[in-house]
Amino acid sequence: MRKFSLVQPENLKELVAFLAKADGQRVILAGGTDLFSLLKDEILNPEIIVDLSRLKELFGLRQEKEALRIGALTTISELASSPIVQKNFFGLKQAAQSIGSPQLRNVGTVGGNLCQRPRCWYFRDPLFQCRKKGGSRCFALNGRNKYHAIFGGGICNIVHPSDLAPSLISLEAKIKIASKDGEKEMLLADFFTLPSVSLRQENKLQPNEVLTEVIVPKPSSHLKSTYVKFTERGSWDFALVSVAAAAEVQGDILKKPKFVLGGVAPIPWRLTVFEQMIEGKKIDEKMAAAAALEALKEARPLSENAYKVDLASVLLTRATMSLLSR
Amino acid sequence: MNQEKRKLKKGISRRDFLKGLGSGALGTAMSTHLIKPASADLERQEGNLPLLPKKNISFVLNGKQISVEVEPGESLLNLLREKLHLTGTKRICDHGSCGGCTVLINDQAVYSCLYPAFKVDGKNVLTIEGLAQGEKLHPVQQAFIDHDAYQCGFCTPGFIMATLALLRQKESPSLEEIKAGLNGNICRCGNQLKILAAVKALASIKGGQP
Repeated sequence: MRKFSLVQPENLKELVAFLAKADGQRVILAGGTDLFSLLKDEILNPEIIVDLSRLKELFGLRQEKEALRIGALTTISELASSPIVQKNFFGLKQAAQSIGSPQLRNVGTVGGNLCQRPRCWYFRDPLFQCRKKGGSRCFALNGRNKYHAIFGGGICNIVHPSDLAPSLISLEAKIKIASKDGEKEMLLADFFTLPSVSLRQENKLQPNEVLTEVIVPKPSSHLKSTYVKFTERGSWDFALVSVAAAAEVQGDILKKPKFVLGGVAPIPWRLTVFEQMIEGKKIDEKMAAAAALEALKEARPLSENAYKVDLASVLLTRATMSLLSR
Repeated sequence: MNQEKRKLKKGISRRDFLKGLGSGALGTAMSTHLIKPASADLERQEGNLPLLPKKNISFVLNGKQISVEVEPGESLLNLLREKLHLTGTKRICDHGSCGGCTVLINDQAVYSCLYPAFKVDGKNVLTIEGLAQGEKLHPVQQAFIDHDAYQCGFCTPGFIMATLALLRQKESPSLEEIKAGLNGNICRCGNQLKILAAVKALASIKGGQP
């Protein structure tokens, strides 16, 4: 077992002060379901583990007038079983329920789900020094790439594994980030970064910052949402492709549709082309399928993952029809 | 099995108990010594937090209060198997994929291989060793035997603990709920149908408390 030092701040103030001045490599521990795997395989080699479990202010959900506030340390189980989520955010409930297994949902947190690292088998294998780990090449590009990106890849072809992120982006969620300089909010959609922007990490979080809260705006009365996820096996798995969709539904017309794909790109992939093609028009299944095919023409599959284009097309259609039927 | 039964009666060995007692006593001595001046809080607010190479924790394990010293990177699975010698909880994948290491923390199923040992401080942990009452098996254990719900048996403790967590949440889950409740556990011998039969039988009576 590798040796680490443990730091246990009692509150957010202590945490951000520590993050601002701490020397040495450190990692933030929320539930640990992803982090402990990364530590065991020495994919991450920090000196210090910063434990968040005493930060009471980061736990639980809070319904406010204009928004639902979800503390970063809320577990996935708590999110999935929350009456507010079940009532107002059907797609978010589906996404939360689709994550991992009961054992993982009982421990894994909302903040951790958004900040989890990619599942790329070259990244997770200590023997491959890939670009994401400071090496000089992406092994998936000319290697085994069945589970890799069809959008936004190139120098690194991971897919973002989060189920919550596409769903929360479709609901126009924001996140709150704290540092010693104070707190800031940003759209979750703006949080994630492509490998061409930051190769070593998947988001904008700086070493002195911590994600503290997710803020989901109050839905309009016509808002419907859904999450459709396709996995290779029936038991728990990461998405091969998933589609989070939200829109104001009026008869067979969708207004302000948001379609965000998971499992297809290094970040949750918003498909605005598809949104524009179906917005405000009378939709039937044939029309949705044709729009999906058209929108997916931008995809650039690798040698072993062209099936993801077909899969995405079917799931986009299903998600569209599911919004209309709800 | 005999060995495990013996351990089960004793809970933890005398040596472990004394070791635990020692570190617990030291912890108490240190914290009473260091009655913090107000400046200590200020120091902490400035970000000067102690870097702990080890940590003394105490928690309830199978109904008994214990104290033990753990390292920050140590998993609960490691603590249970290597330090406390409770080997009923199995290490199979060690990466949260198979369910063999499932234990209950405060009544919820978790993978002990991915759970930091230091985080069970103050919590209630139940492992497979905590189920039987002497020679009398827990109803979930008995159901697995009655339905021949295993072949090699390596995944069985994890399946039994996941089943117990499921039944404590809902006494009579439907078939779909059973499948969802146990989908974090893998049986590579292919005994899923018999496992389902065992859990279905339990669901049709009631989830028992150990």
